[in-house]
Amino acid sequence: MALSDQEILNGLGDIIEEIAGVPAADVTPEKSFVDDLDIDSLSMVEIAVAAQDQFGVEIPDDELKNLKTVKDVVVYVQGKGVSA
Amino acid sequence: MSTSVVVTGLGATTPLGGDVASTWSALLAGRSGVRPLEAEWAKDLPVRIAATIAVEPSEVLPRHRLRRLDRCQQFALIAAHEAWRDAGFAFGDEESAEGFRVDGDRLGAVVSSGIGGIITTLDNYDTLLAKGWKRVSPFAVPMLMPNGAAGQVSIEFGAKAGAHALASACASSAEAIGYAIDMIRNGRADVVIAGGTEAAIHQLNLAAFASMRAMSTRNDEPERASRPYDKNRDGFVLGEGSGIVILESEEHARARGARIYGIAAGAGYSADANDIVQNDADGMSKAMRRALTDADLEPSDIVHINAHGTSTPIGDIGEIKAIKKAFGDAAGQIVVTSTKSMTGHLLGGTGAVESIATLLALREGLVPPTINIDDLDDEVDLDIAQGEPRKLPDGPAAALNNSFGFGGHNVCVAFRRHES
Repeated sequence: MALSDQEILNGLGDIIEEIAGVPAADVTPEKSFVDDLDIDSLSMVEIAVAAQDQFGVEIPDDELKNLKTVKDVVVYVQGKGVSA
Repeated sequence: MSTSVVVTGLGATTPLGGDVASTWSALLAGRSGVRPLEAEWAKDLPVRIAATIAVEPSEVLPRHRLRRLDRCQQFALIAAHEAWRDAGFAFGDEESAEGFRVDGDRLGAVVSSGIGGIITTLDNYDTLLAKGWKRVSPFAVPMLMPNGAAGQVSIEFGAKAGAHALASACASSAEAIGYAIDMIRNGRADVVIAGGTEAAIHQLNLAAFASMRAMSTRNDEPERASRPYDKNRDGFVLGEGSGIVILESEEHARARGARIYGIAAGAGYSADANDIVQNDADGMSKAMRRALTDADLEPSDIVHINAHGTSTPIGDIGEIKAIKKAFGDAAGQIVVTSTKSMTGHLLGGTGAVESIATLLALREGLVPPTINIDDLDDEVDLDIAQGEPRKLPDGPAAALNNSFGFGGHNVCVAFRRHES
């Protein structure tokens, strides 16, 4: 069964709290990683690796730089048809 | 007359306690911070003891900060925060009534490490071999570089006058304090966050030092293993931790009404230019004499020396000879102690933690004892504080902190008691 947007969002929130110290509750779809969550490029690399572990979706570097908001990542992961 | 430099803040995290107060009270009480190493990897090593930190950084720093700081950088930030607060400086955006600020362009950071982020290096190498390059942390480089702690402290407190990390093995953080004194004297900064840190209790280091036959193997009696000046000492005990002091021009400190712990009067340096691991008495004595000259002190002014005294058979005697050579007849009036008998040897953290102990000994008039001396070595014919803390005379007085490192580095920092 595919993960719902909400499940991906929750998982992403936990990853970002662990790596960047942003409370998971603040990780909402419209937030920009750089402008709103103050996450730098090296942290984004860590988040991408952790997301791969959690969702089984690899995010190549050239895709990663296009993912500006939390929603972008949720849509990307969802689009890869991940199942739990 | 050159600028007078004073110490206005102290911070430490050591095998004896998570701050300066608990470390100092343990030193006076003669408590050992040496413990058995329970890790599986220690089982086959000849050395299975170490002076591990008393309070883990995970109890103090949030998880996301721990992830991107090497353990030695974690220690340095914890100690630097304590020192900064202790000096009465404001932090971040806070607007406390008593919180003084420093112009970032007049604030320096000199934070050294003997080895740097070796645990990060080794852990990431393991990860590389086991899981491939993509799993190596993108923060590995800033975590493993030896100037990482200086950089992190500089960022944390906005120190823009300069961030420096002098590497001189076990003399590194004493040299950091000496360099910081010069920064203020030369007018490059009003305030400098100075000291050092080390977190090198790892099987590779234990194996490497054990391979040199430099470490105590008294595994069945950890708390008795570090025993400088005892006839049966058999090597040093590896420790970890950090010490940070806030140095300030006296003018700047007085203008803000800061509490002054003591005067950082000067430092002396020498290089043996001889053996890579065996510092010689001549070089050590030169560093002490040069510290006296730099601090404008006479041998008769010195009442106390916090010795390097690591508990190795040869090194301890070399330093005793060096003190006698440097001071001549005046050596008899000096109370000598080695606080490494309790803290173990913090390598790059040692010079700063022992500078703090030296300052507090002068300020409180109490020298912590050297513990574990059952049978004083016949060659140790100086006044070693043992058993109870030793009282120092009242009135003007000065003390030295000795630190010597592989590579032939000899560093001696001189402190004077502050009379308010």
